[in-house]
Amino acid sequence: MTTEPTHEVTLEINGRPTTIQVPARRLLSDALRVELGLTGTHVGCEHGVCGCCTVLVDDLPMRSCLMFAVAAEGRSIRTVEGLAAADGTLHPVQEAFRQCHGLQCGFCTPGFLMTATALIERHPEPTDEQVTEAIAGNLCRCTGYQNITAAVHKAAELAAGETPVEIPTAEARS
Amino acid sequence: MTTAAFGQPILRNEDDRLVRGQGSYTDDVGPSAWSLVIVRSPFARARITGIDTAEATALDGVIAVWTYDDLPGRLAEPLPLLIPHPSLGAPRTQEILANGEVRYVGQAVVAILAINRYVGEDAAERVLVDYDPLPPVVGLDAAVAAEHLVHADAPGNVSADHTEHVGNVDAAIATAPRLLELDLTMERSLGSPLEGRACYADWDRHRRRLTVQNSTQTPTSVRFALANILGIPDEQVEVAAIDVGGGFGTKIVHPWPEDILVGWAAMTYEHEVKFTEDRAEHFVATTHERGQNHHVTVAFDDDGRIVALDVDFVHDNGAFTPYGIINPIITATQLPGPYKLPSYRVHFRSLYTNTAIVTPYRGAGRPHAVFIMERTIDAIARNLDLDRAEVRRRNMIQPDEFPYDLGMTFQDGRPAIYDSGDYPRLLDMALDMIDWNGFEARRAAAAAEGRRRGIGVAADVEGTGVGPYEGGHVRVETGGKVQVSTGLASSGQGHLTSFAQIVADELGVPFEDVVVVTGDTNRFPYAVGTFASRAAVMSGNAVADAARRVKEKAMRVAAEALEANPDDLEITDGIVQVKGTPTKAIPLTQVAVLANPLRYSFSEAARAATQFAGVPDPNEPPVRPGEEPGLEAAGWYSPVRSTFASGVHAVEVEIDPLTSEVAIERYCVVHDCGNVINPMIVEGQIHGGVAQGVAGALYERMAYDADGNLTNASFMDFLMPYCTEVPTVETDHLETPSPLNPLGIKGAGEAGVIPGSAVIASAISDAEGVEITSMPIAPDEIHALREAEGTLQRPTGSLG
Repeated sequence: MTTEPTHEVTLEINGRPTTIQVPARRLLSDALRVELGLTGTHVGCEHGVCGCCTVLVDDLPMRSCLMFAVAAEGRSIRTVEGLAAADGTLHPVQEAFRQCHGLQCGFCTPGFLMTATALIERHPEPTDEQVTEAIAGNLCRCTGYQNITAAVHKAAELAAGETPVEIPTAEARS
Repeated sequence: MTTAAFGQPILRNEDDRLVRGQGSYTDDVGPSAWSLVIVRSPFARARITGIDTAEATALDGVIAVWTYDDLPGRLAEPLPLLIPHPSLGAPRTQEILANGEVRYVGQAVVAILAINRYVGEDAAERVLVDYDPLPPVVGLDAAVAAEHLVHADAPGNVSADHTEHVGNVDAAIATAPRLLELDLTMERSLGSPLEGRACYADWDRHRRRLTVQNSTQTPTSVRFALANILGIPDEQVEVAAIDVGGGFGTKIVHPWPEDILVGWAAMTYEHEVKFTEDRAEHFVATTHERGQNHHVTVAFDDDGRIVALDVDFVHDNGAFTPYGIINPIITATQLPGPYKLPSYRVHFRSLYTNTAIVTPYRGAGRPHAVFIMERTIDAIARNLDLDRAEVRRRNMIQPDEFPYDLGMTFQDGRPAIYDSGDYPRLLDMALDMIDWNGFEARRAAAAAEGRRRGIGVAADVEGTGVGPYEGGHVRVETGGKVQVSTGLASSGQGHLTSFAQIVADELGVPFEDVVVVTGDTNRFPYAVGTFASRAAVMSGNAVADAARRVKEKAMRVAAEALEANPDDLEITDGIVQVKGTPTKAIPLTQVAVLANPLRYSFSEAARAATQFAGVPDPNEPPVRPGEEPGLEAAGWYSPVRSTFASGVHAVEVEIDPLTSEVAIERYCVVHDCGNVINPMIVEGQIHGGVAQGVAGALYERMAYDADGNLTNASFMDFLMPYCTEVPTVETDHLETPSPLNPLGIKGAGEAGVIPGSAVIASAISDAEGVEITSMPIAPDEIHALREAEGTLQRPTGSLG
């Protein structure tokens, strides 16, 4: 019906090479949710303040509502759906949020999970300041943050037994 | 032996799905749905002189563009007045699309149906609306002055005028030893769930069924409203609120104009249609709360005991009153809190302004009530140079005075009678927790380093678990799971866990076997909704009742199978057995099989219920008179009146001597919600409530300009706290069970937020030595108070 021109974008989603056709103005958040059916990434404000839509772009937390899908060409995107292991085992960050009652309505949770994942991949033993700094850009209206902060520390603890993720350098990616 | 689930901090059943990103919030469904986009009024008050939709209609991908004149029949009428009240003399509700005049910025004017939201927003930009602006009424002072009217037929901008009194206030004031008068103000905020409003509908012409998902706190009421306004039978509408991304009162309002338009569009075009509000819309087109100005006269004796309280206040209800006057009613009736008021009079007027509609936001009128009462007590203490805690103690209702009748009518239309509690004990627990008596040393230590430290305390009593009723259904499946449903919705409260704990214990099955569904009208069509800290009390007791009925039936069926007396049976870990004789037992799943006499088998287990498997009594029908097939039952809870939870908050603050920034050093909460189902969940509710209380005290307000534009309508400008602004909350519980319901529980959802402004105002006042009479309070306002008091500290030395 509409004749809006589209662009082919090839990207990696949760480790799988994927190609989508999207208009130039399509937000990455919308492309993830609609074109790719990954509705775990939530949209809370559409102006980059709430952090609900945070995904990892080449392992760095990004607001997917502030990024066009076409800008994801050649990038590796990780969303909440990619956190759990192939056998369904929860990722330490997911397990920690569950154990610490770090979520209530769950709407902001995927953004916090991705933000926390990026943190502990870089800082396997984060200090209080590093945890606060990492999550201070994500809004939650339900929990008062107390249990979220505890969950991030717990996640680092749970992950401690695991092999740290190799973070590729920018050169290695290009 | 089954371990009791009730009272345990069991991890939530909700979380596995949610942490995997497998939630189903309303915008997650229907990726191919067409999009409803709304053109909203940019004016607070204006006449619409023309609407040109031609260019929008012509845009590729636009299905339809509607104005008020396009709405047929019932859709052209004003939306329902949800809660009528005798004092609400001039109620007004909005039409689905503005009819000739707009009355607030954000009011829906034109609706666009497009193949997706991008195209819909393109079309919205192409709609030309001509407005003839009129002078708006913004703020309570303008509403009171009534130089202009929001509704020409609501004189004085008054929607409601209401008075209640207990005792002879005038006589008490005339003879009282001491009198004080205070003017106290609270500004607006809003619930601001991170998921805004959303609704989805699909019309199946084959089944003749409108399938709706709605981000609501009350799916059953959305269903009735949709069916009624769309003119179709209730049976053709099904509404589910599968996951709701926060509600906080905002989503109890229904039907929104968009709910109706989405349903109508889906039926008209036989296509999926969805509306997903964006954040900018949420700020102006949803609802706010908390704007009230109060004048207080208190009469008291030389010991600080109150003899009369006279409160006159005005409530800003915004442009329309869909939710009636619930907020000011709650302020009026909750104002006494834990204190004895020998005489009390409250009068309020609810006033129209050309601003967003006002409906309950978590706390709903109670934060004002506590702010007024607690500021008043602090003022009495200061007047008499008494300890603030001591004045509270002297005025408190004592534990042996329950039930305590306030002599007023509560928000449920029933007498406000406190059912149980121990307020002096709560106060002592909070004072101990924060080390009230040791504070002066800490104040002195801070002062020695140039810092201003203050301490505050505030108490509240909260009417929770308001009626009229909730229901629940419990069904033991032959596969082993116990399926539970209740009609009210969940938006983060952990109902799927708490209700499972209740049913597991009542029925005698493992917690892991209980599966709870909320907010699906297909599963349970009768409900009221999730609001007023009522879900645990109401649906908790309803599912308990259902579980007891199922248990009774299981005993009857099992008794026959075991050839035993039902009174000799017990259910433990899902096994029905003769007490003391574990060999004489039958699994509940097998009882479920036997409870449904079969002609056709579907499994090995089911063969036992088929007609040639052995006939218990050939002279009785397979389904006995008065029985129903299946091991299931519905249960109900309808309270005679509300149950009253209580709490005391204590807070210690330090205020920066130069920047006037308030740092919360400690925040202590002692809370009594009766028997606690799941302490982890209750504490989580308190944490989140305190965050909203702190937000309302220090950060959040709705900054309307004189023209009625909301100037901070984004998360860039509206200061919703991040983790950096919210203190660590220390909690403790007192459990005085409610005598009104079998589980002895009271509500907990709003407890954290209610005393927030009162307790923080008390602490700031203590630190600064000045009266705090208006909340929220920002550093620039504290700075101004310091200037006025001559306590301003100038920076010294070089900044270089």
